[in-house]
Amino acid sequence: MIEFSLLSIMTFLPLAGCLIILMIRGDEETVGKNAKYMALYTSLFTLAFAVYMVIRFEPLDDGFQFVEHSGWLKTFGINYHMGVDGISVLFVLLATFLTPICILSAWSSIKTRVKEFMIAFLVLESFMIGTFCALDTILFYTFFEGVLIPMFLIIGVWGGKRRVYASYKFFLYTLLGSVLMLVAILTLYAQVGSTDIPTLMANPVSPEIQKWLWIAFFASFAVKMPMWPVHTWLPDAHVEAPTAGSVILAGVLLKMGGYGFLRFSLPLFPDATAFFTDFVYWLSVIAIIYTSLVALVQTDMKKLIAYSSVAHMGYVTLGIFTATVVGVEGAVYQMLSHGLISGALFLCVGVVYDRLHTREIARYGGVVKNMPKYATVFMIFMLGSVGLPGTSGFVGEFLVLLAAFKVNTTIAFLAASGLVLGAAYMLVLYRKVVFGPTEHSDAASMQDLNPREFWLLAPLVVLVIYFGVFPSAITSITSPAIEKLVSNYNAHLAASAEAVDTPLQPLENEGH
Amino acid sequence: MELIAVFLPLVAFLIAGLFGKKLGHGGCQVVTCSAVIIAAFTSIGLFLDVALGGQAYTTTIMPWIVSGDFSVNWALRIDTLSVVMMCVINIVSACVHVYSVGYMSHDNARGRFMAYLSLFTFAMLMLVTADNLLQLFFGWEGVGLASYLLIGFWNHKHSANAAAQKAFIVNRVGDFGFALGIMAIFVVFGTIQFDEIFAAVPDHAEMTFSFLGHDFHAMTLIGLLLFVGAIGKSAQLGLHTWLPDAMEGPTPVSALIHAATMVTAGVFLVARMSPLYEYAPDALQVVAIVGGTTAFVAATIGLTQFDIKRVIAYSTMSQLGYMFFALGVSAYGAAMFHLVTHAFFKALLFLGAGSVIHAMSDEQDMRKMGGVYKKIPVTYALMWIGSLALAGIPPLAGFYSKDIVLEAAWADQSAWGHYAYWMGIAAALMTAFYSFRLIFMTFHGKPRASEKVMSHVHESPAVMLGPLMLLATGAILAGFVFYQSFVGSSAHHGADHGKGHQVEVVEELHEAAEQVGEGVHNISKNVTGADSVEQHADAKRESEHEEADGDHVAWAKESFWQDALFVKAENDTVEAAHNVPMWVKKLPLVMGVLGIFGAWLAYIKYTDLPKKTRANFAWLHTLFYNKYFFDELYTKVFVKNAWRIGRFFWVYGDQKTIDRFGPDGSAGLTQRFAGVLSRVQTGFIYHYAFLMILAVIAILSWFFFKSGLGV
Repeated sequence: MIEFSLLSIMTFLPLAGCLIILMIRGDEETVGKNAKYMALYTSLFTLAFAVYMVIRFEPLDDGFQFVEHSGWLKTFGINYHMGVDGISVLFVLLATFLTPICILSAWSSIKTRVKEFMIAFLVLESFMIGTFCALDTILFYTFFEGVLIPMFLIIGVWGGKRRVYASYKFFLYTLLGSVLMLVAILTLYAQVGSTDIPTLMANPVSPEIQKWLWIAFFASFAVKMPMWPVHTWLPDAHVEAPTAGSVILAGVLLKMGGYGFLRFSLPLFPDATAFFTDFVYWLSVIAIIYTSLVALVQTDMKKLIAYSSVAHMGYVTLGIFTATVVGVEGAVYQMLSHGLISGALFLCVGVVYDRLHTREIARYGGVVKNMPKYATVFMIFMLGSVGLPGTSGFVGEFLVLLAAFKVNTTIAFLAASGLVLGAAYMLVLYRKVVFGPTEHSDAASMQDLNPREFWLLAPLVVLVIYFGVFPSAITSITSPAIEKLVSNYNAHLAASAEAVDTPLQPLENEGH
Repeated sequence: MELIAVFLPLVAFLIAGLFGKKLGHGGCQVVTCSAVIIAAFTSIGLFLDVALGGQAYTTTIMPWIVSGDFSVNWALRIDTLSVVMMCVINIVSACVHVYSVGYMSHDNARGRFMAYLSLFTFAMLMLVTADNLLQLFFGWEGVGLASYLLIGFWNHKHSANAAAQKAFIVNRVGDFGFALGIMAIFVVFGTIQFDEIFAAVPDHAEMTFSFLGHDFHAMTLIGLLLFVGAIGKSAQLGLHTWLPDAMEGPTPVSALIHAATMVTAGVFLVARMSPLYEYAPDALQVVAIVGGTTAFVAATIGLTQFDIKRVIAYSTMSQLGYMFFALGVSAYGAAMFHLVTHAFFKALLFLGAGSVIHAMSDEQDMRKMGGVYKKIPVTYALMWIGSLALAGIPPLAGFYSKDIVLEAAWADQSAWGHYAYWMGIAAALMTAFYSFRLIFMTFHGKPRASEKVMSHVHESPAVMLGPLMLLATGAILAGFVFYQSFVGSSAHHGADHGKGHQVEVVEELHEAAEQVGEGVHNISKNVTGADSVEQHADAKRESEHEEADGDHVAWAKESFWQDALFVKAENDTVEAAHNVPMWVKKLPLVMGVLGIFGAWLAYIKYTDLPKKTRANFAWLHTLFYNKYFFDELYTKVFVKNAWRIGRFFWVYGDQKTIDRFGPDGSAGLTQRFAGVLSRVQTGFIYHYAFLMILAVIAILSWFFFKSGLGV
């Protein structure tokens, strides 16, 4: 029974938690407290299911597992179809892992409308899990876009001063992308007669239509990533979002774009992907260099890390579109690693923000004196972000660059400049915040990590180093699915090339 | 055994780092020192087994990154090259660890300091024992991290933080080239494991590789990319600007990281990759030219500096230049030889300088020193040994290694070989001059420090002097003991011209060494409370003597290096170096003596000479004193522009272009939207939900329409 509907249980368990939270009655304080605990337990339960799923996951099987299939809108051939493969299974784990951390990080910093906040977060978790599990385009679309609603709330209600502007910007960008994606999904349905992803994979549309559909999907995923030049919503959203919102935004939501490329663009539109490869390469390289330089001049901690996320996502898109095993594996690794590291960096910002209520870098300095634990933890994540070998940040970046070097040395050369620029902005940030003489007395008198904060960050520290030293913990799960993805992609391209070479002999081939 | 030698410092780092508070400073010191001392003895054991016993091997620990056709292991490659490096690293590190107990005794973060030192030692050991380029890169960046942490150890100082940051970022520029080199190797060879690369090099000797739209000779391209990494790490001209600034770190750090070990990683890299460089003569030529130029330029700067540590730093840079031009003429053994002797005498000089700084109440400016040799006689004597070794005066270690490096450069019989030789000769003159300028300014003449400082001048404690004596022993003995094995002639003994000279010197040296050894022994006996250090020193001396006895008879350089270094027969300049004309051999020594004499003239005899010279060559002095204005140039060209471009992208790219024509396009729309949102703050979810419902209705009606037609 549990085997049968594991993914649904995980997806809808947080919603069940919401229902319970809604039923809590009492004065505001009691409600808030109970809501917090309820949300935490729900998310921990979900995490336990996710861990169980990963343990039961069969790494050598390159197909979808824990598949659920039942009618939904049967008239139209739209089914409730769920399943995970080696690519998505770890994203589910990432989402369920970061949610309780976010809830804990908001423990004392969210003071108003606590109940609503927790509900928004659980809804968000539910939709994130659904996004990574959905195997039907309509179902995927529902979850993928549904994620925006709680995220809007989190930024718009619990955000900073300019939250209205930030959420407006967020809205405009994502609306543009999602409308196009919806049109593309409908077109696919018209062409193939199905919204089922495995079915669509098996029945590719003609290369000409692929290009249009590719562009439509690309619009949506590029905004989510975000890729240059549609990235400007991210710094504003991060700056205005509360800490927990930033963590989940950087940690999971940005990965949905990359996941989309892997689930749709490559397998469904291989000819178009090959056609647009150079275009994506250049956008990725521009993202890496441009946003790294922009990050360098930021005076707001969160903006700096937000821009660094855009640069890191540049490696992801670069790796995915090399369409090689090494490149895609590097991209997936980079996404998972960045999920941990950038999430952790936002938590680190949150720690000092909670104490001083400013994100202005210049207001800090000399923090190490009173906060040695904090300084150590922050340093490890800073090094992870810089991509120091031995941290998880290195593995993905290196694999992506290696794959890129194989296909295009110029691109790899330009992208590798991120090694220098990334070190520059992170070290500058760290130095200004943590080192130096203490110039502001309030910054100098901040207390070191309290136990809650410490135990929030400690698992992330362990994982960042663990995945830097034992990357096979991840790659052994992702490899088979990625190898299948890439070999299907190459097989399809080879078939298309043959079809172009021998346009007059389709009948003969059929005879075989 | 190799696991102990490599991982014990890591264990020490973890213990001292995680439980530092519980252990206290003393606990951290005991843990880290004993770990590294054990590691040092283990390395010596490995040296006996592998270098002298001929037992090279590789230990695979576990897979690291496996993806598609790329796979790389965590593995330790134990051959002569790595055990030589391990011995140098662990012995110098042990000395520095023990020394730091004394030097940092007033610092209230000394436990953390010891932990960082151990971390560094571990990373450096990983670097030299790597059996593939990626693990080497791991160690490479790891030592960079440790260097960053230690340079910025006094993190309340702006200058220290700036220096640490600069060191990391400038090194990253080198790593950028290094990483591209690793990728190029993978693309060309399909592997980054050393054995497999080396076996495949001859087959790819003529291959061309397209890089950035141009076709390059593959081996040359790879050699140059890797060399970019070496330039950064080893502070060669172009990416050297971080090294002098790195002197902001505590002095033991300068001795260990910025003199003896980390900065030689680039030399090690090229030596490790010798089977590849042998097929990339053009790359080697670049290495030789860069090395020769660096040796010269750094020496000129060293002439004019006043900070005692910066003088030694420039001398390090200059000596690294020697090592590189030795590599550039295929004299890998000579480069490694100079690396080893340099590690001893340079660490000695730095720690000695630290002892002076310690005595002078943390003063580093030589203009505020002088006249203290009677007050700190042991330090003074040790500094003499270090400086004589650096100046290349027989029978000290530097004499042997510097000579063979220069002879090999000449023996290469190429334009760049000769260029390197003459650069090296000029640098040798300047090296001797500034080394003794340092000695004379620091110790001789009238005291220029304040009376308060002078009254505090005191000899350092035994825990600091002990390690110094061990290093001094190395600086004295390492040269002649290892000469035969590292760079000796493999031709029949006595047959060649240089041999007679060799035997004679060796005999003289035996005597000298014994005397010095006794002297050191006596001194250390006088020092109370240095038992462990002394025993350690004894053991070390004994083992060196044993090795020395073995050396002369059986161990020629071929059987010593085995397969760890590869030289094409026609490139064997170390062999040819034994047959260069007599004047080529003698000139370095003449230069050394002249330099010392010059320093004596200028700083003891005619003390107004420096001032006059400076006045007469004002522009030259300005150039040297300001380090050829590299920092100013880089700040102006790279740093300022990076910020300028970043700001431009941010303001004009993001805000005034993308946002303006994108989401902010219609100001009116923004206003309206904002108005709605602020009115019903929590309500705007419904707008979105409404849109979604609209979309779903659209889908449904479309489907109804379609299916209605279809049925």
